[in-house]
Amino acid sequence: MVDVTYYVVLSAILFTIGALGVLIRRNPLIIFMSIELMLNAANLAMVAFTRVRLVLEGQIFVFFVMTVAAAEVAVGLALLVAIFRTKHSINIDEMNSLKG
Amino acid sequence: MMFFFLVPWIVFFPVMGLLVNIVFGGRFSEKVIGTVASLASGLAFVVSVLLAYSVAQHPEAVAVFLAPWMHIGGLQLDWTFRVDSLSTTMMLVVSGVGTLIHIYAIGYMHEDVRFKSDPKRFARFFVFLNLFIAAMMILVSGDSYMMLFVGWEGVGLCSFLLIGFWYEMDTLGRSSWANSNAARKAFIVNRIGDFGFLIAGFLMFWKLGSFRFDQVFAAAPSADPAIIVAITLFMLIGVAGKSAQIPLYVWLPDAMAGPTPVSALIHAATMVSAGVYLITRSAPLYMLVPQAQYIVAMTGAVTALFAAMIAVGQYDIKKVLAYSTISQLGFMVAAVGMGAFTAGMFHLITHAFFKALLFLSAGSVILGMERGHHYLAHGSAHESHGHEEHHEEVRRTATEGSVEVFDPGDMRNMGGLRKTLPVTFWLYIIGTLALAGIFPFAGFWSKDEILAEASLTGFTAVYWLLVIAAFFTAFYMGRQIWMVFFGEPRHEAAAYAEESPKVITVPLMVLAALSILGGALNLPGIHTLTAWLEHTLTFIKPGEFVMSVALISTGLALLAIFISWLLYGRNPLKADQPDPLKKPLGFIFTGMENKWFVDEGYWAVIINPFVKISQFLADVIDQKFWHDWVHDTVIAGTYNWLSNIALNRYADEKGIDSFANWLGNATKNLSEAARKVQNGFVRTYALSVLLGVVLILGYLLLK
Amino acid sequence: MTAELIVFSILALVAIATALGMLFSESAVYSALFLVLNFGTVAVFYILLNAPFIAMSQVSVYAGAIMVLFLFVIMLLGTGLLPATKALPWQKPLAFILALVLAGESVYLLFIRKATSGEIPQPVETFGSPHGVGQALFNLYLLPFEITSILLLVAMVGAIVLTQKEKKKESSDG
Repeated sequence: MVDVTYYVVLSAILFTIGALGVLIRRNPLIIFMSIELMLNAANLAMVAFTRVRLVLEGQIFVFFVMTVAAAEVAVGLALLVAIFRTKHSINIDEMNSLKG
Repeated sequence: MMFFFLVPWIVFFPVMGLLVNIVFGGRFSEKVIGTVASLASGLAFVVSVLLAYSVAQHPEAVAVFLAPWMHIGGLQLDWTFRVDSLSTTMMLVVSGVGTLIHIYAIGYMHEDVRFKSDPKRFARFFVFLNLFIAAMMILVSGDSYMMLFVGWEGVGLCSFLLIGFWYEMDTLGRSSWANSNAARKAFIVNRIGDFGFLIAGFLMFWKLGSFRFDQVFAAAPSADPAIIVAITLFMLIGVAGKSAQIPLYVWLPDAMAGPTPVSALIHAATMVSAGVYLITRSAPLYMLVPQAQYIVAMTGAVTALFAAMIAVGQYDIKKVLAYSTISQLGFMVAAVGMGAFTAGMFHLITHAFFKALLFLSAGSVILGMERGHHYLAHGSAHESHGHEEHHEEVRRTATEGSVEVFDPGDMRNMGGLRKTLPVTFWLYIIGTLALAGIFPFAGFWSKDEILAEASLTGFTAVYWLLVIAAFFTAFYMGRQIWMVFFGEPRHEAAAYAEESPKVITVPLMVLAALSILGGALNLPGIHTLTAWLEHTLTFIKPGEFVMSVALISTGLALLAIFISWLLYGRNPLKADQPDPLKKPLGFIFTGMENKWFVDEGYWAVIINPFVKISQFLADVIDQKFWHDWVHDTVIAGTYNWLSNIALNRYADEKGIDSFANWLGNATKNLSEAARKVQNGFVRTYALSVLLGVVLILGYLLLK
Repeated sequence: MTAELIVFSILALVAIATALGMLFSESAVYSALFLVLNFGTVAVFYILLNAPFIAMSQVSVYAGAIMVLFLFVIMLLGTGLLPATKALPWQKPLAFILALVLAGESVYLLFIRKATSGEIPQPVETFGSPHGVGQALFNLYLLPFEITSILLLVAMVGAIVLTQKEKKKESSDG
C-alpha cells in the first residue's frame, strides 16, 4: 500500500477543488456536485486511515456518510426544483431575497 | 394662718375672667360681663388682702414657686412669685383701684359704646381690662427681672389695645387714624424704654450672673461700680418710657384718646407707676451709685416742672390731667431717685387714689356734656334711639368737613357745671385739693414728705424744681375748677348736662374717701408705711417732718389757687373769649399751649428723617439695588445666562448633543456599512465560511 | 517505485483531472459525467484500500443513484448556460486565493505531523468485506443504522412534500 500521506494529500486536493466549485459556479447543480465531491474527499481520507489503523469504524462511518449524502441530495434537489418553479431561473445570484 | 400659697391666684383670677368674657361675651348681657370682670379683679384684691395679712404675720419675703421657665446653662429662671411688703403694697393698689374702675367702667362703657355706635364691643373692653390686671400683677409679684419684664411688656400691650380701643375713630367719633396712631405712638415709645430695660437686664446677667432679685442684690456690691451705673441708667430709660419721664413722656397725652377708665387705670394709677416700682425694687442697686441717683432725681424733677407748665396751657380736661400725671410721676421718680423710697411709694399710692378719682370724675363730666349735647339734638337724653343715627350723621358730615363737631372734653365749652353735676363737682373738688397738696388731704402728706426729703438730703436743685412744680400744680387745677364748674355755661350742652348714674358715682365716692383719708398711711411720727416697707427695703429710715417745708408748700398752693381765682374765677370766661394768660405771657403761653413743640421737634429731628431713610432703604437700596439689580440682573441673570447660554447652548447642545448625535450617526453609518455584508449572495456566505476555516486553521497551525 | 504507486499516481491524476473538469466545464451534463468518473476512480481507490463493500456502495449509491438523480434534475431544469455576471467580481480571485491557502495549509499540516510509523500492518481477509462491515453494523452500530433508515424515510417524505404543487384552496368550508 502506498503511504497514507499520499491518500490524504489527494483527499485535500479534491476537497479544495470541491470548495472552489462551491464558491465559483453559479449553477446550483454544479454547486451540489461540488459538495458531493467534498464529501467524497472526506470519505477517502477516512477509508485511508481505516486501512492504516485497521479499525473498522472508519468504514462504518463512511457508510453512514454516504447514506446521509444520498438523503441530502434528494432533499436538496427537491428544494431546487421547487425554487425553479417560482423563480424560473437557476442562477444562484438571483436568490438573494435575504439581502439585508 | 398663712396665705402665701394663694399668690398665683392674683394672676389666675383675672385670666379666668378674661377667658370667660372672650368665650361667652357675645352671649352675656352687659351687666353680666361687667360683673364677671369686676369679680375677677375683686377676687384678686381679696387675695392681695390675704397676702398682706400673711406678710404682716411673717414679714420676711416669701418666694412661691409656680413652674420652671428656662434652664439653659447658667440661666436658671422660674415662674416664682415674691410676696413681700413692697409687692403686696403694689398688689393692693392695683387690684383695689382696678376693681373700682372696673365697676365704674360698666356704667361708662354702657354709654360710650352707644355714643360710638358699636354696642358689641362692650365685652372686648373688659377682656382687655382683665388682661391688664393680670399683666400688672405679674409685674409686681415677680421674683426676677425677667418675670417683671413679662408683666412690663404685657401692660405695654394692654395699653396699646386699650388706647386704640376705638381704633377706627378719633376721640370725637369721626372716622380717622387718630386713635390707632396714638396707640402705636404709645407702643413704640414704650419700646424704646423697653430697649433700655433689656440692655440693663443683659448687663445684669452678664456681669452679675442672674436675673433674680435676691441674687442680683447679693452680687451687686462686689461688682464694678461702672457696671452698676450702666445698669441703673439703662433701667432709667425703661422707667422714662413706662412712667412718662423726659424724653419719652410724649405718648401719655396722646393716650387720652382711649376711653376714660383706661386713662384712669393705666395712665394714672397703675401702669405708669410701674417705673417707680422698678426703681424702688432695685433700691439696693441705686443706693450703690449716687451719681445715677442724682441723674434719676434730676430727670424726675425737670419732668415735673416741664409737664406742669404745659398743663397750664391745655384746654382739654383730660389733657390737663394727663400732664398732671406726668408731673406727679416726676415727683415720684425724683423721690425714689433721692433715696426717699417710702415717700415715692407713698405718693404713688395717694396719687393712684386722687388721680383715678379725678380722671373718672372728668369722665363723668364728659358724659354729662355728651348727655346735654344729645338732649339738644333729640330731646331728653333718656331717649335711647337716635344716638346711632346722630353719630353716623356726625361721622359722615365730619369727613366731608362741613360740620363743626362738638368736643365734650373741651373746657372752653364747659362752665357752671356745679349746678347741673353736683355730685361730680364735689368729687372733683376733693380730688383737686388732694392733688394740690392741701392739708389734710392725702396729697399733702405724700407730696410734703418728698419735699422734706429733698430739702434734707441736699438735693437743692431738685427741691426748688419740685416746689415750683407744686405751685404750678395748684395753679392749673384751680384754673380747671374755675373754668369747668363755675361761671356760666359757654355752650348749650353744658347748660343741659345731666348727672351720672350711681354705678359711676359710687366708685368715685370710695376713691374720694381714700383721697381724704389716705394720708393716714404714713403720718409723720407714726410712719406705718415706712415700717411696712422696711421689711423689704431694709435700709430705709423714717422721713422727718419739716414744718418749714410744709408751711412753704401749703402757702404756695393756696397762693396759686388764689391767683387762679383772680384770673379765671373772678371774671369767669365767656364763650370765645381767649385765655386771660395769653396776652401777658405771650409766646410763653403759646409754648405751653403747644406742649413746647416737643412732638413737632421729635417729628422733625427723628421721625421724618427715619421715615425718609427707611423709604430710601426700601425703595432704592432694597428695591432698585437689591431686588432689581442684585437679584434680577446679577443673580437671576447670571444664573439664566449660565444655564441657558453656557450650559444649554454650549455645553448641552454643542458639546453633549453633538457627541450623542455623532454616536447615533456613527452607529447608523456603521450599520449601513455593515448591512452591505448581507448582500444576499450565497456564494459570498460560502466564501466567508471558507475564510473562517482558513483563518482558524492557520491560527491552529501557527500556535 | 512499486507498481502500486504507479497505479495510484495514474488514478490520482485521473481523479484530479475529472474533478477539475467537473469544475470548469460549462455544461451541467458534462460536469455530472465528469463527476461520475471521479466517483468511479474513488471506488477503485477504495478497493485498493481494502474496503470492497464501501467501494461497491460508492458505485451503486453515489455514482449510480445520486448522479442519476442529478442528471434527472439537470434534465428538468435545463442545462441553459448562465449569462456572464457582473456581480461579485472579486469573488473568483479571492476564492482561488483562499482555496490555495487552504490546500497549502492542509499539506503543511500533514507534513509537520510525522508521527506515523513506517510499517503498515496487513489486514485480515475479511477486513472491509461485507461480512465484516455487516457484523459491525448490525451489532455495535444498530441504533445509528435504524436512525439512518428513518432519516431516509424523512428525506423521501420531504422531497415529495417540497415538490408538491400547491393545492388550490377549497371553495367550500364549514
